[in-house]
Amino acid sequence: MKGRASLLRLMLAFAAALWLVPVTSVMAQPADESEKEIERYRAMIGDPMSNPGFLNVDRGEALWKVARGTKNVTLEGCDLGEGPGKLEGAYAKLPRYFKDTDQVMDLEQRLLWCMQNVQGLDTADVIKRKFAGPGRTSDMEDLVGYIANKSSGMKIDPQVSHPKEKEMLALGEAMFFYRAGVSDYSCATCHAEPGKRIRLQGLPDLSKPGKQAQETMGSWPTYRVSQSNLRTMQHRMWDCFRQARFPAPDYGAPGVTALTVYLTSLAKGGELVVPSIKR
Amino acid sequence: MKRLLLSAVAFAAIGLAPAVAQSPAKVDRALLEATIKSTFKSAPPEWQARAQQDETQRICSETRNSPSTADFEKIKAREIATIVYPPDGNVMGDWKKGESVAQVGTGHQFSDKPGGRIGGNCYACHQLAKKEVSYGTLGPSLAEYGKIRKFSAEENKQAYAKIYNSHSVMPCSNMPRFGANKFLTIEQIKDVTAYLMSPDSPVNK
Ligand code: HEC
Ligand code: HEC
Repeated sequence: MKGRASLLRLMLAFAAALWLVPVTSVMAQPADESEKEIERYRAMIGDPMSNPGFLNVDRGEALWKVARGTKNVTLEGCDLGEGPGKLEGAYAKLPRYFKDTDQVMDLEQRLLWCMQNVQGLDTADVIKRKFAGPGRTSDMEDLVGYIANKSSGMKIDPQVSHPKEKEMLALGEAMFFYRAGVSDYSCATCHAEPGKRIRLQGLPDLSKPGKQAQETMGSWPTYRVSQSNLRTMQHRMWDCFRQARFPAPDYGAPGVTALTVYLTSLAKGGELVVPSIKR
Repeated sequence: MKRLLLSAVAFAAIGLAPAVAQSPAKVDRALLEATIKSTFKSAPPEWQARAQQDETQRICSETRNSPSTADFEKIKAREIATIVYPPDGNVMGDWKKGESVAQVGTGHQFSDKPGGRIGGNCYACHQLAKKEVSYGTLGPSLAEYGKIRKFSAEENKQAYAKIYNSHSVMPCSNMPRFGANKFLTIEQIKDVTAYLMSPDSPVNK
């Protein structure tokens, strides 16, 4: 029974992928045509039958509620900013400052911290499986899918009032424009002007507040059809650092959180529709 | 040379002006460097070194690619000094090999296998041969680049210099310094120069 349902989902996802291709180049299309595409796309995102990202959401829910670690407790004692175990709207306000660590953390950093400190779980294996691959699921992608989905339909609400949040925002902006490496690239090389593309791939302008930043940040985590996996912002940053010819960033590193704080601040008021589905 | 200089100044004045409008937030340099270090701390040492900036990268980043006039001249002089011309003075290689230099987008990524192909990925940012429809728009169109420049020997040399080190012509250009950063070899730069400048190349058809 379960096998048949997931096969159906896969087939639908494949069909979706075929007409999804134009959606990613939406920026280069005439407005009314692309709006129709977007509407169809949005209808599909929310449909668990055609978005395989909801398999991650289901697995993430199970992981959230399973007792693990030396303390043999669930993650329900984890405070993601709204109080222990409170998931509704938590993702819409992340990254944010946490008093117990005196640090600004994104969802993935926070989850790792809770695994270590609430559950007493050795996270080495979890970090090894940070990105799912053939025959290997990722607890983190599943959990992020589940938790982010609890903020779906809500507005992105950047937390930038605490001095440490302000500091991370400024750091993230500096990192966005930080050129280095053998290609002299920074994020801004590819994402600082509207309407640009690399080869035929449209590039969002992530250098200023507005619609492009809102639509981008409102769509992660996302099921990547080309990778057959749900991906989180940590993966997106990892992939862009790769293209920028930077070294691979550590999972949950402060610089990735800083960039996410910066990008989130540009997306203020954007609607989260997650997990989404993309090329 | 004068034309290039003028266009470089015009670019600085017009093309890059919007970047200045958003004044960079003040960030403590030591904190930024510490954050960069800890973000890549598990990478091999030679990779970690790549995340450190040279002086040109630092100034271009801090000024959002709009350096002061004094810095503009300083960068230009420094970057011109890096250019190594082929020992025999011939900057024109094999345009057919140059085509693959322009097409190939792999190389120098942490995901690349050692010994894999390394290309300049010019098509990521530029239109070149008109028959190739898959091109990006981060840089200007280079269609008929050699033809427009009348296939002159002096222009060939300038194209080589531009590819070897884009900042030698246009400080804080978004284009990689392919030769100075050892992204491409001198042979590859000669080949892609020929791809741009040769009358036989599809770029000039
Ligand atoms: C060499 C070009 C390049 C550089 C440099 C680059 N990116 Fe990207 N970025 C891309 C491309 C291409 C895509 C779209 C990929 C896709 O859809 O498959 C993308 C996608 C993204 C997205 C998701 C967009 C969406 O709509 O889902 C974000 C966010 C992003 N980049 C941020 C960054 C940040 C932050 C940096 C710097 C660490 C960076 N990028 C550096 C090329 C680049
Ligand atoms: C990341 C984007 C990028 C890549 C990759 C890139 N360029 Fe450029 N290129 C630019 C930009 C932006 C400009 C305009 C600013 C300037 O002149 O530096 C430019 C300018 C040029 C010019 C001068 C155009 C003029 O107005 O005279 C030449 C020639 C050129 N590029 C050749 C190449 C070649 C050959 C390659 C590949 C080996 C390449 N570029 C790769 C972005 C790029």
